[in-house]
Amino acid sequence: MLGTHSLTQLFARSPIKPLQEHMGSVVSCAEHVIEFFKASNNGDWQRAAECYQYIKKLENQADDEKKQIRLQLPRSLFMAIPRNDLLTMVSHQDKVANISKDIAGLMLGREMQFPESMRDDVMFFVESALAVVWKAKNVIDELDELLETGFSGKEVETVKRLVSTLGHLEHDNDDIEIKIRAQLRKLEAKLPPVDVVFMYKIIDQIGKLANSAQKVGDHVHVIVAR
Amino acid sequence: MILIAEYGHILIILACMFGFFVAWGLGANDVANAMATSVGSRALTIRQALMIAVVFEFAGAYLAGGEVTSTISKGMIDASMISPDLLVLGMLASMLATGIWLLLASLKGWPVSTTHTIVGAIVGFAAVGVGVDSVHWGKIGGIALSWVLSPALAGIIAFMLFRSVQMFILSADDPFAKAQKLVPFYMFYAGFFVSLLIMLKGLKHVGVDLEAWQSIAIAVLIATAVALFGKFLLTRVKPSSDEKASRFADVERVFAVLMIFSACAMAFAHGSNDVSNAVGPLAAIVGVVGSGKIAAQTAVPSWVLLLGAVGLVTGLVTLGYKVIATIGKKITELTPSRGFAAELAASSTVVMASAFGIPLSTTHALVGAILGVGMARGIGAIDLRVVGSIFATWIITLPAGATLSIIFFFMFKGMFAG
Repeated sequence: MLGTHSLTQLFARSPIKPLQEHMGSVVSCAEHVIEFFKASNNGDWQRAAECYQYIKKLENQADDEKKQIRLQLPRSLFMAIPRNDLLTMVSHQDKVANISKDIAGLMLGREMQFPESMRDDVMFFVESALAVVWKAKNVIDELDELLETGFSGKEVETVKRLVSTLGHLEHDNDDIEIKIRAQLRKLEAKLPPVDVVFMYKIIDQIGKLANSAQKVGDHVHVIVAR
Repeated sequence: MILIAEYGHILIILACMFGFFVAWGLGANDVANAMATSVGSRALTIRQALMIAVVFEFAGAYLAGGEVTSTISKGMIDASMISPDLLVLGMLASMLATGIWLLLASLKGWPVSTTHTIVGAIVGFAAVGVGVDSVHWGKIGGIALSWVLSPALAGIIAFMLFRSVQMFILSADDPFAKAQKLVPFYMFYAGFFVSLLIMLKGLKHVGVDLEAWQSIAIAVLIATAVALFGKFLLTRVKPSSDEKASRFADVERVFAVLMIFSACAMAFAHGSNDVSNAVGPLAAIVGVVGSGKIAAQTAVPSWVLLLGAVGLVTGLVTLGYKVIATIGKKITELTPSRGFAAELAASSTVVMASAFGIPLSTTHALVGAILGVGMARGIGAIDLRVVGSIFATWIITLPAGATLSIIFFFMFKGMFAG
């Protein structure tokens, strides 16, 4: 009998849950890079191809979720977290998934393997990048608690500590990258030059993966600092 | 005069019917707005909301509706410039116009304010049907100003209330314990406002007349009793398991108890301000037919308020509960810690207005309060287009009320005096 009542439409859906779900997809996507490296190090290119397919699927899923989030954020929404900040966080999150796909895709295409002496260190490098991604997810998971407290008090301290840890993890990742580059430099003269160029590119990408993840968490810091 | 002499009884019966019709419409539709936040935040079940609404809307209407009813019935027009016959017909037309507009809006789901409708209707028939000078434009201007100021005031109060919750409870190390300790103060606030209004304005029917200081003192006592009762209720809220996920869920359950009180305040405030929309004109008609002329100082008869209150409750139990259920189900993003702030702020604003006899829209006050909580970063996302459309309805409602009222006025004029 009655049409949709306006008061019900007053409360728009909070954008935090979709943001957290997107981060979940992104993290799943990035995690499989480790699996991929394990397979590629062993020369198991079939398994590596499977990993790549899975990563690609998750990256597409994250892409769709990102588009949904953007569609559901019209300028007419008055939100506790400013619209631009939300969109920036989604972009940074999505970049993590994109880079994951790029890394796996490039390595698969060239059936790339790092020199045997470097493989364990490279794995350590990848795992340290993932640590940054997981920590960023912790920060994003705190968003609904932040909203509940109205961005004040003890919860803000918790988030600030998490973001600080996130920063340290990213610095560690940077340091490891420098070491890896140094290792490769020592070996590069004996390796096919084209392969070496692409190895540097992959190292660069792994560093960027951690960087993007850190930017996500950092942006939350910007939000609570207001 | 001839009209009244000949048709006096019919007119009164007609007026009662129309008044009841509008009151019924209010209960069926408007009350849902007042109870929306309580049900939407899941602090109350539909049943609990209905029971609170029935009791407190009735109380608000009967015990505290007199001042606003007085304004509607004779505060807006200059009675000396309108012949009694025309006044009666005009008031009948206004009630019918309001009832029909409310019915139409309910069917279509438009968020219209009955207050705006009745004011538009009365100003309409008086200005067009009688003459522009018959309207107290100064008073109308004041009322219109309060329509703009009340959502702003409600917003400010809501902002401060929620800020205080943030600062003293939510950001504490043990929010649950802090909530248990401090929520009774908010209960006191709710109880105080409602009691004060009843003491100051509502006991004349019962024959009790108090000095201002006595009213305040009694209100303080009642509010204290309310707070103590609330504290007792809170002891029955126990913290659940220690998982982080439920840390704030426990705090919200404490606020859910507080929402019982803010829902009562909301229902009371709504009843006190909106019953006038239905029976204000009826009171005017009764006054005129009874005394044969328009006496500026006649008090509103109790039975008129009673009729309004009964009509309200009837509308509530026949149809209103369904609307409340629908709205409640659809609101998913509101928690008690936010809901109570919006409700207390809106009800304080409306209660103050009722005390001074100012008719305003409870819905607008509530929307203003919700915006206030949003400004304190308490709500995830508010759709400002919806806010705009709710606030903009007066642009349509005022002329619509006026137009319908004018049409019916000339219709009645033709029927009875032709």
